Amino acid sequence: MMTMKVLTLAFAALVATSASALAAEDLSQPQEPIKQSWSWDGPFGMYDRAQLQRGFQVYKEVCSACHSLNLVSFNDLSYENGGTGMFSAAQVKAIAAGYKVPAGPDEKGNTTDENGNPLMRPGIPADHFPAPFANEEAARAANGGALPPDQSLLVKAREGGPDYVYSIVVGDGTKPPHGFKVIEGKYYDPYFPGRNISMPPPLTNDSVTYSDGTKATLDQEARDITAFLTWAAEPKLEDRHRLGFGVMLFMLLLSGLLFLSYRKVWKDAH
Amino acid sequence: MSGPSTYVPKSGFARWMDSRLPLMRFAHDTIITFPTPKNLNFWYAFGAILAFMLGIQILTGIVLAMHYVANADLAFNSVEGIMRNINYGWLIRYMHANGASFFFIAVYIHMFRGLYYGSYKAPREVLWILGVILYLLMVATAFFGYVLPWGQMSFWGATVITNFFSALDQITPHWGSAIATWLWGGFAVGDATLNRFFSLHYLLPFVIAGVVALHIWALHVPGNNNPLGIDVKGPQDMLPFHPYYTVKDSFYVALFALVYLAFVFYAPNFFGNPDNYTPANPVVTPPDIVPEWYLLPYYAMLRSVPQKLLGVLVMAGSLLTLLFIPWLDTSKVRSTRFRPMMKQFFWFFVIDCAVLGYCGAQSADASLTLGSFALPLVWIARLATLYYFGFFWVIMPLLGIIERPKPLPTSISQPVLAAAE
Repeated sequence: MMTMKVLTLAFAALVATSASALAAEDLSQPQEPIKQSWSWDGPFGMYDRAQLQRGFQVYKEVCSACHSLNLVSFNDLSYENGGTGMFSAAQVKAIAAGYKVPAGPDEKGNTTDENGNPLMRPGIPADHFPAPFANEEAARAANGGALPPDQSLLVKAREGGPDYVYSIVVGDGTKPPHGFKVIEGKYYDPYFPGRNISMPPPLTNDSVTYSDGTKATLDQEARDITAFLTWAAEPKLEDRHRLGFGVMLFMLLLSGLLFLSYRKVWKDAH
Repeated sequence: MSGPSTYVPKSGFARWMDSRLPLMRFAHDTIITFPTPKNLNFWYAFGAILAFMLGIQILTGIVLAMHYVANADLAFNSVEGIMRNINYGWLIRYMHANGASFFFIAVYIHMFRGLYYGSYKAPREVLWILGVILYLLMVATAFFGYVLPWGQMSFWGATVITNFFSALDQITPHWGSAIATWLWGGFAVGDATLNRFFSLHYLLPFVIAGVVALHIWALHVPGNNNPLGIDVKGPQDMLPFHPYYTVKDSFYVALFALVYLAFVFYAPNFFGNPDNYTPANPVVTPPDIVPEWYLLPYYAMLRSVPQKLLGVLVMAGSLLTLLFIPWLDTSKVRSTRFRPMMKQFFWFFVIDCAVLGYCGAQSADASLTLGSFALPLVWIARLATLYYFGFFWVIMPLLGIIERPKPLPTSISQPVLAAAE
């Protein structure tokens, strides 16, 4: 008991000294992402379909101007026809038709119209989201030399996952602390490595008008887009959690039965 | 195998077969009647667990290979296609990726078990050496496999590891670079490299399966060691493998699988590096290139040496040292249970490996800050590397001479009597 107390005190002292060492914040290092609780956290976590719909709206109306979503097809947005998304098959058809995608050659073999523009056609559910820029060079040229990353796997490709993406969005364009020089043409974001981010603050209050009437605060929008991008990166999460529960139950039962067999077989062995 | 066969063919067909190809006799003697010491504990279940994991990796791997495309332009998206569009592809891929980590968890426990109970000592030297070969094959297979998704860590990990060979330039100019170029099939890690790594990644597991057969053969000739480390004295010390160890191993395999599957379903990216979800890009170097967790101790040893060639030699030496353990340990007593000094050095060695792993995971210039005092991690890694080699090459040979072991029990059946003396 006594030793426990001494150990605890020693540990507390250690924490206190290392905390004081950290007190002077190193402005060249990013802050830890803000921890959020998400609907898909934990073994029973699931996506919130309404939130995914709002997140899709934010992606469509804001992010997609610069960020591609190459790995996601329109059909993925559906909760029917094998998709794991947030819309009905009919809604997905309408969404896809709202996009123009490059068309193949027409029946005469032409790949451009009379004005020399590439032939386009309305999207169908099997199409993937068209990218905002034709290639990396075009994307960089339009963004001051910076490349907006593809968002299909962004949440899984960053340390901190959803918390990081949320923090980047709410942190972008905040007021830098006294003494921090923001590089010309960049924005302060305390959660971004180096704290200078090329992305202009993407969202503010009322950047979108939610069709479900939810008040579009910056926090709400940031949470919704994070939910959508988490789904985009891990569309099978709900299947995984559901199947996992059954598998865990089965493995517990199997282990229990094997344990009883083991005890029974070994009872006469000693 | 050891002892005369007790197999009696029951049917006419079995008798006919037995005098032509006695497969049933072999199976009967190997997994039914094989006499096994009766005191094997939990730590001896990891052999069966490893066989189970090898099976899982081969099965999931064969299915993944049906959908994977080994091409530098297509590989990354083909893996994502498996995750998104193949029925249960996410399950098979997460089982395979986490399976590699749990395979290594099991093999490390298995190796430390062998080390603790002196299972490498006569007459089991060949068994141990085959085990070390299996471990090296596993490391190679895992490395090739990690390259296949063609993410940033795949590409840069492959670049760092294959560049080790160019250190040989310091012995003969151009020699090492020539080897690296030959390995790459080009002048950098690229499409040709990816293709050959895929080929080898598919080949090596079957080589592993073959060496596993030899490993089990080499186990069945002298028979199992046991936690007391003494030889079996007769039938009273033994139990037939079936049903006693089949049921015991099955229980522990199920428990291990439970933990493994919990990660597959609830934390599938826990062991992974987020950077590997970014497609390989030869012109963008990630800020920290780190290998998978199971190679971190070697990475720490490599980085603790300031000279490249020496670093590579130290790393290779740390692996090759394992082959010499049977002759480095001079003690007459196998089990560490009866070696009071060895027990302390052994557990310190386990901690040492964990410390090396920790150092390998941190950036090269990291330091441990305690108040105003900062200790560069590289110095901790250096001390830990020194202990790693010292443990095998100095402590092991010396302890056998200076240590006074506790009295050994007379037999497995009567350990209590001996302990009372």
